[in-house]
Amino acid sequence: MGVDEGLKIELGKQGVFVTTIEELYNWGRRSSIWPMQFGLACCAIEMIATTMARYDLARFGAEVFRPSPRQADMMIISGTVTKKMAPQVVRLYNQMAEPKYVIAMGACAISGGPFKQGYNVLKGIDRYIPVDVHIPGCPPRPEALLHAFMTLQKKIDGQHLTGEGRPRHLDANAPGEFPVPVQGEHDLEPSANRLVWPLPAEKART
Amino acid sequence: MKSVEEIKAAIEAAVPGAGVAILTNPSVSGQHSLRLAPDHAVEVATFLRDDAELALDFMSNATGVDWPDKEITEKVKVTRTVMKTVDGVEQSVEETVEETKKRVEPGCLEAVYHLFSVAKGHGPVVIRMKTGNRVDEVELPSLTPVWRSAEFQEREIFDLFGIVFKGHPDLRRLLMWDEFKDHPMRRDYVEPDDFEYEPTAHDEVMKRAQEQRAALAGAEAGAVAGPEGACA
Repeated sequence: MGVDEGLKIELGKQGVFVTTIEELYNWGRRSSIWPMQFGLACCAIEMIATTMARYDLARFGAEVFRPSPRQADMMIISGTVTKKMAPQVVRLYNQMAEPKYVIAMGACAISGGPFKQGYNVLKGIDRYIPVDVHIPGCPPRPEALLHAFMTLQKKIDGQHLTGEGRPRHLDANAPGEFPVPVQGEHDLEPSANRLVWPLPAEKART
Repeated sequence: MKSVEEIKAAIEAAVPGAGVAILTNPSVSGQHSLRLAPDHAVEVATFLRDDAELALDFMSNATGVDWPDKEITEKVKVTRTVMKTVDGVEQSVEETVEETKKRVEPGCLEAVYHLFSVAKGHGPVVIRMKTGNRVDEVELPSLTPVWRSAEFQEREIFDLFGIVFKGHPDLRRLLMWDEFKDHPMRRDYVEPDDFEYEPTAHDEVMKRAQEQRAALAGAEAGAVAGPEGACA
């Protein structure tokens, strides 16, 4: 739905501004995504570089890093998530207010990366919380993080405020809190949240 | 710097009954080490640090080694007396037979320390200590009172190998969480089954995926059946 793009431009030339509530609302949402100020490993250095003058994340309205999860809209999982740290990351995510987004930055955050075979590193944060954008790289360049950010903005722009697939904060039945894993005797318990990390469907061997 | 033999002699002169053994390293580096008896280890370590000539004032690295139980199969020639009938007469004959014998060499845990002297500019001197076994006799004296730099590294050894250092000021797990029970760097450590799927699972991977799916389905069925059962 919405106004025809050509008509909108034509009206704009005449000094008439036409939009929809949805467009205005999403424009507002995507233009002031405040990230949470926390870094986990070396990817955090690239994240810091992204915010500085050369790459200037402020162009996208995301320069205000908040030190409190209550004031943040987006979590950048920048680095290795150890099993010792994972419950704290999930708890911080739970403490963020909706609408909230997650960018998993770097090989470690999306899959465990070079430490995948280890005993102490979580094999991707998407086992416990829903991730909006994954960026590969070890570490990803600041350009990659900017691209992830723009991808997230596109995703927000494309969301409808009603019906299926509407944002979680407008859906009363959507899960608001994700279970924090417990540090057990041998591993994190449970080892994954099956709501966000289901077992993949069996594929026939070809 | 003194050779290992000279260091051993110096230790034995200073600490009577120290029980130091030399372990030779056959490789090109020839970095031989000294195995200390745990009872006198702190005394010996203090001597190594305070001796004017050695002055090993810097403990650069401490690590653990796991020696699992080793099953050794060896062939032994056994001579035994067998009753045999020779030329129609029954008599005892000596006979040599080869037998394979298996014995289990008990394993142990070991802590290895690399010592340097900043004052004299020499090193390393490698010292080791061995536990009684891998299960219940896993105590070794802590060398943290002698070299402060051992503190975190002994905590790490305690965490990953399970050696308990007596006399350590703050022996807690360093890398893993407190509730964790295993020792991941031991040879017999079994990793948790936080399974990784391949895009096209087959054979072993397929089997494990199916097992997990079955277990998951079972758990879900149990969760659904639970409240109904309570109602009835």
